[in-house]
Amino acid sequence: MSLTRQDVEKIAHLARLSITEQEMPVYVTSLSSIVDFVDELSRAQTGNVEPMAHPLDGQHQRLRPDIVSETDSHEKYQANAPSVQAGLYVVPRVIE
Amino acid sequence: MLHTFSIGELGRNLSSGQMSSVELTRHFLDRIERLNPALNALITLTAEQALIAAAAADRRRAAGESGPLLGIPLIHKDIFCTDGVRTSCGSRMLDNFIAPYDATVVTRLKEAGAVMLGKANMDEFAMGSSNETSFYGPVKNPWDITKVPGGSSGGSAAATAARLAPFATGTDTGGSIRQPAALTGVTGVKPTYGRVSRYGMIAFASSLDQAGVFAHSAADAAIVLKAMAGFDPRDSTSIDAPVPDYPATLGEPLTGLKIGLLREFFDGLEARNTALIQDALKIYRGLGAQTVEVSLPHLPLSVPTYYVVAPAECSSNLSRFDGVRFGYRCANPTDLLDLYKRSRGEGFGAEVKRRIMTGTYVLSAGYFDAYYLKAQQVRRLITDDFRAAFAQVDLLIGPTTPTPAFAIGAKIDDPVTMYLNDIYTIGANLAGLPGLSLPCGFVDGLPMGLQLIGPHFSEAKLLNAAHRFQEATEWHRQAPRGYE
Repeated sequence: MSLTRQDVEKIAHLARLSITEQEMPVYVTSLSSIVDFVDELSRAQTGNVEPMAHPLDGQHQRLRPDIVSETDSHEKYQANAPSVQAGLYVVPRVIE
Repeated sequence: MLHTFSIGELGRNLSSGQMSSVELTRHFLDRIERLNPALNALITLTAEQALIAAAAADRRRAAGESGPLLGIPLIHKDIFCTDGVRTSCGSRMLDNFIAPYDATVVTRLKEAGAVMLGKANMDEFAMGSSNETSFYGPVKNPWDITKVPGGSSGGSAAATAARLAPFATGTDTGGSIRQPAALTGVTGVKPTYGRVSRYGMIAFASSLDQAGVFAHSAADAAIVLKAMAGFDPRDSTSIDAPVPDYPATLGEPLTGLKIGLLREFFDGLEARNTALIQDALKIYRGLGAQTVEVSLPHLPLSVPTYYVVAPAECSSNLSRFDGVRFGYRCANPTDLLDLYKRSRGEGFGAEVKRRIMTGTYVLSAGYFDAYYLKAQQVRRLITDDFRAAFAQVDLLIGPTTPTPAFAIGAKIDDPVTMYLNDIYTIGANLAGLPGLSLPCGFVDGLPMGLQLIGPHFSEAKLLNAAHRFQEATEWHRQAPRGYE
């Protein structure tokens, strides 16, 4: 196994995912096999090849005029929220 | 009978007054009601809105308007936001999500007068190659309901193959249009990265995602792609270039077209599959094309490259699902961290969590250079291989998949084996190239796909090459038994 249970617990915490006791061994095995599989890349001779972040070279981030293009639709958008009060999203208390 | 008509034939019938869009829409809604329960290809039916949209299309036609998609029904993959209609992305996370706006693809097809019948099932967040990761259960392949339809756009593919609509939309991040098109015997087109807007298309891997179409022929796909494609200021990577008139260039001669056989695609391919590709090459040579063998030496690294790049982008994109602003929230969170962790842990399925964790790992301190940066370097080497190949040939050709449709359950417990299904399709996504899969024969009674890959913005050439093949063959006219 290239990843231990502790590794997977740390990754799950970083990713903010709760993983059940039942799921944990499955992820230790499958994530290890994926890491072993992608390790194949280490054999590639990449030297000073420039990393490619985007499939179309020469594309630049466009700017747009700084004008209002959207109307206020917060009620429509917040209709999908689990908990809203007075136009604000409600979460468990953060500051005691 | 109406479901066997091409989009062109349907349009002629609508414009001559032989039938109305309402009648046509009813015909497909009846088929969906009768045939979908066995397939699970659609997860939301919008019958009422469809009949309203069809009546509106009929009124537009009566007022003198015309257009190749005016009044033609379609099915949208449930990854596209549809205003006022649940947009689940195949996930428990978005089971209760009513999209507050339309994706640009949806808007464009609406404006063209196409009539949405419903939303198609899919692998959860488009992560899968078998449509088994959907929260709504697997889609069945209409050619054999014990087999998968492929994925992630499995519902769109199965629905098109079963003639539940003249066409359907899909998305392709690593093969999610071409692979299911091949496994269900339909024509599927993944355009050049940036050709079709990603606005309102729920993001998986933003440097790879591209929307496209499933249809019964390249000629039908050409009509739809022309309506879908084009610049959109709301998508920061949309290409600002005119859209060619794809239907107008169908039928151009293939004389002198140079087609490259991808040597790496035939290594280890089963003899019966290789034979189908050889038969297709004979047809192309008969149409005046030349075929030469080409090699892309880095292509075998495309799957490991993809399974670093795509999960990395997915882990970042899916961080928006936090149980606060939309989507699933766990019951009785004790604090904010518990809310995040359990909402995500319970809202996402097994494969989505696996990809998020893979991505989190390759992006984490100490591993970034070894995995993510390395994969981006190999991505460039693969792209350069394609560029070198296109200096010699006009198009590349090969199989779409290594095997025909496999049994439901056969690969779901072994992610790496599942990932290797996309071995022939991923290269085009990494390089941002357009690709097309079209039916080219059968193995064990199941359809196989022929894949064409072209340089950036060569959709017209790909569609024409597929169309000329379909003029010379009948594979694309075959329908699964019970769905003729």
